[in-house]
Amino acid sequence: MIPELGQIALILTLCLAVVQAVVPLVGSLNHTPSWVAMARPLAYGQFVFLAFAFAVLTYAFLSNDFSVLYVAQHGNTELPTIYKISAVWGAHEGSLLLWVFILSAWAVAVAGFTRNLPDIVVARVLSVMGMISIGFLSFLLFTSNPFARQFPVPFQGGELNPLLQDFGLAVHPPMLYMGYVGMSVAFSFAIAALIGGKLDNAWARWSRPWTLVAWMFLTVGIVLGSWWAYYELGWGGWWFWDPVENASFMPWLAGTALIHSLAVTEKRGAFKRWTVLLALLAFSLSLLGTFLVRSGVLTSVHAFASDPARGLFILIFLMLVIGGSLFLYALRAPSISRGGGFDVLSRETLLLGNNLLLVLITALVLLGTLAPLLYEAMGWGKISVGFPWFNSMFVTFAPLMILLMGAGPLTRWKHQDPSELMRQLRLALAVSIAAGIAAALPFATGSWSAGLAVGLAMWLLTTLLTSLHLRLRHRGGIRKLFSDLAGRGSRSYYGMWVAHLGIAIFVVGVTFVTQFDIEKDVRMSPGQEVMLHDYLFRFDGVVTHEGPNYTALRGAVHVSRNGKEIAVLHPEKRTYRVQTRPMTEAGIQAGLFQDIYVSLGESLGGGDWALRLYYKPLVRWIWLGGLLMALGGLLAASDPRYRLRVLAKLRGQAPGDALTAGGQA
Amino acid sequence: MPAFLRYLVPLLVFLALAALLYKGLGIDPKRVPSPLIDKPAPAFNLPRLKQPQQTLSNADFKGKVSLFNVWATWCVACRQEHPLLMQLSKLGVPIYGLNYKDKRPAAEQWLQRFGDPYLANAFDAEGRVGIDWGVYGTPETFVIDKQGVIRHKHIGPLTRDAIEKEMLPLIKKLREEKG
Repeated sequence: MIPELGQIALILTLCLAVVQAVVPLVGSLNHTPSWVAMARPLAYGQFVFLAFAFAVLTYAFLSNDFSVLYVAQHGNTELPTIYKISAVWGAHEGSLLLWVFILSAWAVAVAGFTRNLPDIVVARVLSVMGMISIGFLSFLLFTSNPFARQFPVPFQGGELNPLLQDFGLAVHPPMLYMGYVGMSVAFSFAIAALIGGKLDNAWARWSRPWTLVAWMFLTVGIVLGSWWAYYELGWGGWWFWDPVENASFMPWLAGTALIHSLAVTEKRGAFKRWTVLLALLAFSLSLLGTFLVRSGVLTSVHAFASDPARGLFILIFLMLVIGGSLFLYALRAPSISRGGGFDVLSRETLLLGNNLLLVLITALVLLGTLAPLLYEAMGWGKISVGFPWFNSMFVTFAPLMILLMGAGPLTRWKHQDPSELMRQLRLALAVSIAAGIAAALPFATGSWSAGLAVGLAMWLLTTLLTSLHLRLRHRGGIRKLFSDLAGRGSRSYYGMWVAHLGIAIFVVGVTFVTQFDIEKDVRMSPGQEVMLHDYLFRFDGVVTHEGPNYTALRGAVHVSRNGKEIAVLHPEKRTYRVQTRPMTEAGIQAGLFQDIYVSLGESLGGGDWALRLYYKPLVRWIWLGGLLMALGGLLAASDPRYRLRVLAKLRGQAPGDALTAGGQA
Repeated sequence: MPAFLRYLVPLLVFLALAALLYKGLGIDPKRVPSPLIDKPAPAFNLPRLKQPQQTLSNADFKGKVSLFNVWATWCVACRQEHPLLMQLSKLGVPIYGLNYKDKRPAAEQWLQRFGDPYLANAFDAEGRVGIDWGVYGTPETFVIDKQGVIRHKHIGPLTRDAIEKEMLPLIKKLREEKG
């Protein structure tokens, strides 16, 4: 009975979504305040029903209700409770439910945090989100019902894929979806603005915090996925250019371009068409990712149970959403006014350069991802695109982007005097070149790639410091820094600062781990010792260990350096009882400057084992950099200026026509 | 160009992409049989992975029902299917490998570490043989009969289901055919 209630809740949500897609929008066009006013309650209603449906499915997993097909496929009485919960989104149907649930959560956030916006704008935004919701709810109900029952009821379930029985993967999808789906808010604001025909700085200002928060979640989601792949797949890689990874990376790139472009549109009123197009692009790429993962057109380790019928459904949905929005863009774009002009050397130009590079990289990633499909479809034969192609692309464009990124914050809007810029950059440039050359010298690293990475990172660091120095010097020194961060000043500046610093750290991490990691495959008998880099590994044999739903062979490896023991690692090979799939769990000693990573291979008989030992320098910097970028996004999103209207209201000022006021504030 | 047309460009690009995706649905890599099915295995002669002095060629397939598995160490899905290959080899199914666009030390380490289910591996560093075999992406697995004719192709990582429902019954049937 309870699962049916879940399904009824989904059907009711779909009905509400249809009303939400039509009524507030129509009301906003023919000026019917009562219709417009329905937008918010409808958003809350959808959220309540979806939360209920989600709770029902979670309950079915917790209570081992194997009469529900989806639970029987992915649940199991022996699963630890946390993985019973994460199993809710561990496969296609449930993850789609999570997708719509998160969409409705974003809609509630929009409804709740936009009291300062004109009701008409909010109504249109929520209507567009309602349309997206209709698409995903129908997809869920008509092709992928998570509440479908089966008879006879099995006694035991099929269990969640062991690869996914892991904390990192339990939280990776919700974070990633928060990002993917969050891009729908920027998309909806853009569509609402196109419908209203009014793309002004107010629109950019309203979109900015939403885009930043979505981008932050996407960043965290990608970082988590990369970290998971590193420790769970057992061979120490952190990014594989797998189609599905690319599917999350493309909206991130487009989203990164968007947050920069929105800044220009808000501050200078320029790039309006470009910004609106990027807002459409970022969400379109999120949807495309969904298509690639769930339709089975590309082979990928992440692919969900694929089904051409589902693929066709999503493709039609893509046509309506993306095709429709681009058509609307074509209709409205000619009437969008040009923004403020700017000189060749200005912050606008540098941001435009950064935007073009980001979009170019997005296009190349898309091309690389779809190239096998394109070749097949055109009958040109076969092709496979792998690491070398993507990596060489990055090595080409990343340095260029970082050069722009360093100069950008020091450049003035509209017009920059070249000699003044040169004066400000001189020191940073000299320090970076010197640092790069020093790092490349034979007694340091002896590697030109490492030198380039250090030089670029130093360039980012020194230009950031220069910019901070100039900023504080003119405004009251270090006290200004604290008062800014305490909430009175422009936190978005510090957001930029932290995020760009994250890039510097990321670049160094990536380069060092790629250039200097050491790995060794060894056969070891108990008691045997092996040296790798400065570390001595002693293998102490393997014992059997019983987990809640698996049996593991657990090795013990003592790691010491200069005679001092620094860690005892326990790499495991697990066999999960239900799926009998062997899984490796690496033993990792994580450190800020290096990871020591041991994974257990095959038993070679007589107590001997094949072991793989890794020394991975600065690998943590990759994720540390990613997290700093996310933190930067959060700081920028919390900039008080996005809350000015609220504050004004609290102080008892009349909000007046918020649309005009918003444009002037 | 009229302004309106200029702004249609994004839409046109998207429509081209959608057409490609639609076509992609039709040629679902997991469903459409390869044009090579029921054709003799494309000829090749490559150095072996572990014994570079010796070669592996399509002639080695003759006289037994075997699998030909295309893999690489850079391929995540290959890592996923590897335990199944190990189990298949323990069942006595002869498996040959095509180590595709890979590096020799990496591939040797992989086999040392995860186990070696292969009778022998052909080392295809440039992927030329992969192209002749219509390799779309790794991994792919071909079933080859006693005459050296390709009888089945599985694209993507092997699954328990595919092995139990497709491969093993087919291998059993092919083994009963006359050599």
